[in-house]
Amino acid sequence: MARRAGAPEVNAGSMADIAFLLLIFFLVTTTIETDAGLDRMLPPIEPPDQDVVIKQKNIFQVNINKNGQLLADDELIEIADLREKAMAFLDNGGAPQGSPDYCSYCKGTRDASSSDSPAKAIISLKNDRETKYSTYITVQNELVGAYNDLRDREAQRLYGQKFVDMEAEYLNPETSDEVKDELKEKVQRIQELFPQKLSEAETSTN
Amino acid sequence: MSKFAKKKDGEVPAVSTASLPDIVFMLLFFFMTVTVMKDSSLKVENVLPNANEVKKLEKKDRVIYIYVGKPTREYEKVYGTEPQIQLNDKFAKPSEVGDYILMERAKKPQELQNVLTTSLKVDKNANMGLISDIKQELRKVNALKVNYTTYEGDAFRNLQ
Repeated sequence: MARRAGAPEVNAGSMADIAFLLLIFFLVTTTIETDAGLDRMLPPIEPPDQDVVIKQKNIFQVNINKNGQLLADDELIEIADLREKAMAFLDNGGAPQGSPDYCSYCKGTRDASSSDSPAKAIISLKNDRETKYSTYITVQNELVGAYNDLRDREAQRLYGQKFVDMEAEYLNPETSDEVKDELKEKVQRIQELFPQKLSEAETSTN
Repeated sequence: MSKFAKKKDGEVPAVSTASLPDIVFMLLFFFMTVTVMKDSSLKVENVLPNANEVKKLEKKDRVIYIYVGKPTREYEKVYGTEPQIQLNDKFAKPSEVGDYILMERAKKPQELQNVLTTSLKVDKNANMGLISDIKQELRKVNALKVNYTTYEGDAFRNLQ
């Protein structure tokens, strides 16, 4: 039989094996990282120019001691009740009708001895040096959750969707620019209704 | 010759596996593109706490990581069992955090230097004292945007 011209074909049968080997290597080393967490802004270190006078009733004191117990406004409470308490405080809207601080969208009890309006309400979080990090995160989570719940409520009322969804879409890099511009306005509006004022005092040493 | 090789009619032909490599290559490329190689090996225990009100940390090039936790067993003899800070591949003291942030910031392109986030990956058994020290250092270098990186889950599981 006459030999055909040209080089003989390379046997590609083992190509699949090689590809499988590589595939399994990447399968094993892959960790699809899920980096998510609680975003916070730290206060700048330089003290403000003038001393701002904050009324005591506009501050919601949260203290965590080293055993993980919680003191909110001089009351010992469970962490599970914190969200509700914080929401009641933020949503109180104690300023009387007609005053510049009057909060028209608040649905709280309008208790004059609690916060005037969400814009004035400040949550102050203090912790001990020996507080466990996990407890601290739980408390932070609950406080952020309180803000998110209230913002969700307002977003639902004004725009018919949840604030967290709006924000997630706004932050998503795949969202188109026009949608982003529109969302930005809405997100900022909601954020103004319930500004996140969470002060973290320096830790106590005892 | 052809008498032997002749196929009988009615026999099912073998399934062609010629496209198998293509399929496998497709999968391979998928995993190659989504794989993130870890740039620093962890020297500390790093079990993050859970939280459910989380925001995703998009844009990895804008993030500086700080790890905190108990040294793993092989480093226990040298560094003890108290939680330590890990920056890149080294253990560090709280006072070194500021310099590290400034150094990392200088490495980033100009337009990103003002929008950096510091991701704190802290083991859930660490104490707040160390975190407070870090936060203080971050404030000194004006790196105010922090992200307490957590797993997504029920926050109350942390308390058990």
